[in-house]
Amino acid sequence: MLLFVVRRLGAAIPVVIGITLIAFVLVHVVPGDPAKVILYGANASPEQIATLRQQLGLDDPLWRQYADFAVNLVHGNLGTSFLTQTPVSHELLSRAPSTLILTATSMLVAVLVGVPLGLVAGMRPGSVLDTVARWISFAGVAVPYFFLALLLVLLFSVKLHLLSAIDDGTAKSLVLPAVSLGWGYAAILTRLVRGRVIDELRSDYVKSARARGSGELRVLLRQVLRNSSVPAVTTIGLQFGNILTGAAITEVIFGRAGLGSFLATSITSKNIPVVQGAVVVIGIAYVVINLGVDLIVGAIDPRTRQEAAA
Amino acid sequence: MSRLKWVVLSLAVLLVLLLLLAPGVLAHVDPVATSDAHLEGPSGSHLFGTDLLGRDVYSRTVYGARPVLVASFLGVLLASAAGVAIGVLGGVAPRWINAVVMRLVDVFLALPVLLIALILIATAGSGVRSIVLAIGIAFTPGFARVVESSVRRLRKAEYVEAARVFGSTTLRTSWRHLLPNLLTEVVVLGSSAIGWGILTATTLSFLGLGVRLPAPDWGSDLAAGATNLADAWWLSTFPGLAIMATILLANFSGDHLMRVLDPRAGIRFGRSFRRLAIRLSRHGGDIAHESA
Repeated sequence: MLLFVVRRLGAAIPVVIGITLIAFVLVHVVPGDPAKVILYGANASPEQIATLRQQLGLDDPLWRQYADFAVNLVHGNLGTSFLTQTPVSHELLSRAPSTLILTATSMLVAVLVGVPLGLVAGMRPGSVLDTVARWISFAGVAVPYFFLALLLVLLFSVKLHLLSAIDDGTAKSLVLPAVSLGWGYAAILTRLVRGRVIDELRSDYVKSARARGSGELRVLLRQVLRNSSVPAVTTIGLQFGNILTGAAITEVIFGRAGLGSFLATSITSKNIPVVQGAVVVIGIAYVVINLGVDLIVGAIDPRTRQEAAA
Repeated sequence: MSRLKWVVLSLAVLLVLLLLLAPGVLAHVDPVATSDAHLEGPSGSHLFGTDLLGRDVYSRTVYGARPVLVASFLGVLLASAAGVAIGVLGGVAPRWINAVVMRLVDVFLALPVLLIALILIATAGSGVRSIVLAIGIAFTPGFARVVESSVRRLRKAEYVEAARVFGSTTLRTSWRHLLPNLLTEVVVLGSSAIGWGILTATTLSFLGLGVRLPAPDWGSDLAAGATNLADAWWLSTFPGLAIMATILLANFSGDHLMRVLDPRAGIRFGRSFRRLAIRLSRHGGDIAHESA
């Protein structure tokens, strides 16, 4: 197990370095001088631009700039926003909770809908319930979440006046965004769990548990659900980054103030330090979560440890 | 494969070709022409209703297909070509090159597809061309991963070993033996990536990063209709249904192609394919092989 952990950590380090490199390079491939962008509104003289370039270290050799960037990064300093002149880390931190809550709630929706639906469908393949579950998951995979979001708003807030489409800080206003984002992942989980349950029910240990006289419910909970949940955990964990970016877009639709709407406006206004910071934060969060998922799965299922070593 | 399925599939392919090459056959009204019929519901004269500026929504939905289809097809094509090139290079090159190349691929795999796309558009500017490039680059690592692992497997095959023994150069072996054998796999993978390509393309244009207005586009029209959601449901609904139908069709034909070309695909691709399927799918994707 220790070897496995070390190996996984070792594989994550170059990825993190790579992410910081991509973020660093970003500033240098964007057309235009960052110093000019910052002073854009100020009708800057060439001297002002030259001074600012020096302050920003833009005249230093590239490796030096990257070293500075990396050192700052380790200290949690992500630079200053071009627009508001406030530290990027503060701006990101103040908006992150909203996005993370939406991400977590969507994952919860996916698991709470997908796992039971898959379990029920897999228990009786070909039954009415199974057919319904398969149609739901088939549609779930094909409906883009931004479209689903609009349909849900149309139905539940415009027509039925049941739920608010606009963020008012309550848990109730989280329902529509979380369901529209989580639904597609619920569909993936349904298909995944269904397939697993069918396999598990045919397996030798289920047969022997039944032969020992275990009740059907006990077999389902102890053998089938447990073994089927491993790939479900892996899948939803690996989807974290995608759900996070999905959450960012869902925010834009529902007018929630989170990382996504911030990132989107920063891209259009070429506020590069913010884009850079967001790339680093989202990228590293993704790596950390993946690592966590790998380790959890490794702890639950010893077979994956061997597979990784082979 | 029943005859009915064939008929449906051929009709659908015909429809896609028409949308792509000759949308004028399906819609006679200019999609950008404004009129005095503001926000009229679906009727005989305007099948899908009209928008705020009195433009025909049916016509916009027909013409709006092209940017989406072009972006997703070309993007996936670009990604497959680049992915094969990188994967083969990683597969046949000496160990240290393989290590460097594949680590780089891992870095990109470690970032969400949409984030890569957004980074690219932040640097290259918006437009259909940028979306093609964004999908191309964001999807490349997935293809490269699968191709590399297949190349490593194929290199151990007897006929490849035999070719080497008889003095075939690495380049010749790659071209004559590895590439033809990879083709099926790449085609299957590409066809199942189209659905995600469509989703990515429409998401980006939904965010206003695609076509320049007033040109019609499913994603941007859907977003534009959202402001009039309460009094004109048809504005967003029809482009949305079009996106949905296209993704369903893409997934359906991808599944079908896989069964026809390579009945054992699910087994052979094994772990790496499943991982790719999980990673590539922003929103879903085809985990059918998982249950197969």
